[in-house]
Amino acid sequence: MNKQPAQHQSRIGATLARHREAGTMALVGWQTIGFPTIESSRTLVPALIDGGFDLIELGVPFSDPQADGTTIQRASFEALRQGATLSIALDTVRTLRSDGVTAPLIFMSYYNPILSRGLERFAIDASAAGVDGLIVPDLPAEESDDLIDALDRVGIDTIFLVAPTTPEPRLRAIAARARGFIYCVSLTGVTGARQELPTDLPEYLARVRSFTNLPLAVGFGVSRPEHVASLRGIADAAIVASAIIDRMEHTRPETHVQELRSFAKSLRNAADGVS
Amino acid sequence: MATVSPSTGATTPAEATRTGRFGPYGGQFVPETLMPALAELIDAYDVARHDPAFTATYDTLARDFIGRPTPLYHATKLTAHAGGAQVYFKREDLAHTGAHKINNALGQGLLARRMGKDRIIAETGAGQHGVATATVCAMLGLECIVYMGEEDVHRQAPNVFRMKLLGAEVRPVKSGSRTLKDAINEAIRDWVTNVNETFYIIGSVVGPHPYPTMVRDFQSVIGRETREQSLAQIGRLPDAVIACVGGGSNAMGIFHPFHDDPSVRLIGVEAGGDGVSTGRHAAPLSAGRPGVLHGALSYLMQDGDGQVIETHSISAGLDYPGVGPEHSWYKDSGRATYVAVDDASALAGFELLCQTEGIIPALETAHAIAYAAEYAASRPSSEIIVVNCSGRGDKDLSTVATRLGVTL
Repeated sequence: MNKQPAQHQSRIGATLARHREAGTMALVGWQTIGFPTIESSRTLVPALIDGGFDLIELGVPFSDPQADGTTIQRASFEALRQGATLSIALDTVRTLRSDGVTAPLIFMSYYNPILSRGLERFAIDASAAGVDGLIVPDLPAEESDDLIDALDRVGIDTIFLVAPTTPEPRLRAIAARARGFIYCVSLTGVTGARQELPTDLPEYLARVRSFTNLPLAVGFGVSRPEHVASLRGIADAAIVASAIIDRMEHTRPETHVQELRSFAKSLRNAADGVS
Repeated sequence: MATVSPSTGATTPAEATRTGRFGPYGGQFVPETLMPALAELIDAYDVARHDPAFTATYDTLARDFIGRPTPLYHATKLTAHAGGAQVYFKREDLAHTGAHKINNALGQGLLARRMGKDRIIAETGAGQHGVATATVCAMLGLECIVYMGEEDVHRQAPNVFRMKLLGAEVRPVKSGSRTLKDAINEAIRDWVTNVNETFYIIGSVVGPHPYPTMVRDFQSVIGRETREQSLAQIGRLPDAVIACVGGGSNAMGIFHPFHDDPSVRLIGVEAGGDGVSTGRHAAPLSAGRPGVLHGALSYLMQDGDGQVIETHSISAGLDYPGVGPEHSWYKDSGRATYVAVDDASALAGFELLCQTEGIIPALETAHAIAYAAEYAASRPSSEIIVVNCSGRGDKDLSTVATRLGVTL
């Protein structure tokens, strides 16, 4: 049983605590490493942060993204075609840190690339590069002991997902080993932009809240300013991913910096209650 | 699940049934959304398999609908051709729908109905599992959606038509390599989305616990019959049992009941594609390393970065980069031996069986036939070899014709 480290205050924890104290909601943005090019995240991550995202999830592409809808799948396959790998994702983080990016950077990777590298080696390399957290969508709590041990030793948060289907005993067990924040999957389904968020989100988040004091971040389907606004007061953070890739797919690469900055601003305003 | 504890490796098949771990292999590597559904399935299956009414229903339908028991047939012409050990076939090709897949589809279909889930999804490669599932759904009155890689839709067209005739909806999968692996990805995505009302009938001994043990259990009827028939017809157990391995359900089905018979050599035959040395094959046990795909840790064809690599096989049913976790355990423990047979040899095995025995085998099965002929030739005539003749080859006629340069 991996109990949470007693005085652990990671960069993720500090960022989310600052928002909680200020009574504001944090925003988590997304880039798939290698989409549309290996170099693009170097400019697009700062654009997202500049526009108002507080934390950035970096998707490590995988050949078989079983939890992802068509948008992230397409980005992932294109990224692999560009030659993106876990090693290149680590290079990207190193570059962003040397460029002065201080926001928390969180990897989202399926388990096999991490396992293939070796859990210890991944932890050491990721920590050295400046990675703050790891989300593994196909690694449930039952299978996570070794990874948590490896990441705890280097101070990287292992971030777990809970779903609307997660029953209370599981919520308790997941909360007991969660670090950083709890990723609340908004709906029963795969990633991808949606027209509307489920109407029973408040009850679901209250149920999760009753098991943890960790920040709650809501993702899957969160794609519009009004979605973000509807999470004010019930979630600590909103996670927007596929909607960012959708924007990139529908605009020319040379406009991506501007597009993402202005999209981020519209979401920031929604999070802050500014119309 | 009151507490979460680390998975520990089982050391016997019975223990693996409980833990879902075969040594280090197996497990449940799936999105959190599915974990409660797996827990529900574990419980429902555990109750069902100990319920005499459930097993009686299965046994009756296995006899009257599938046509079990399938025969154990002494292939005297092939034996004479090989000039060594006696070759017998377990005739799963004579089961309803023409392959062993129906044994598992029937079991899971009955379980789905018992659990009140009337929307069935399945993946298929060669189409045999899709046809078996569509057949069972038609018989039980369940909605059936089958995911099939676009590439396989083309090369297994007769089975696509059969599924549609049986009332199933076939959804071509256009992502990735557009074969079996991608069909499973898409089926998992469907399951994640519709988990509350949907039962996913996985077609092989792959996927998260409890699928590898559950599918093995339903397919073990093959090995149990073979064991009884061998004792009754020959007066002793076989010296070797040979079966082809893609995901590995026909192999595990015939191997499992012989697990505790150390005198019985178990040999799995993987798809060698263009040849294992070329890298263009589908033989993870021969040339892969352990990794996680589709919910389980098992031998996997992957590159140095942990990306799953494309497979190559003349046989759609074997064209899969992973393998059931129990096979990985059998390999490491040495209980079974795994070899690879390339496309050309499989094709030769296909023709050999047509001409010597009057049986047109599935291309998957042809891999086992090809190796069995070679193996039999190296063994004395006093030895007994049983080959799992896992499926018939009607579905493969156009593939074979193309390979032989014949226009149909």
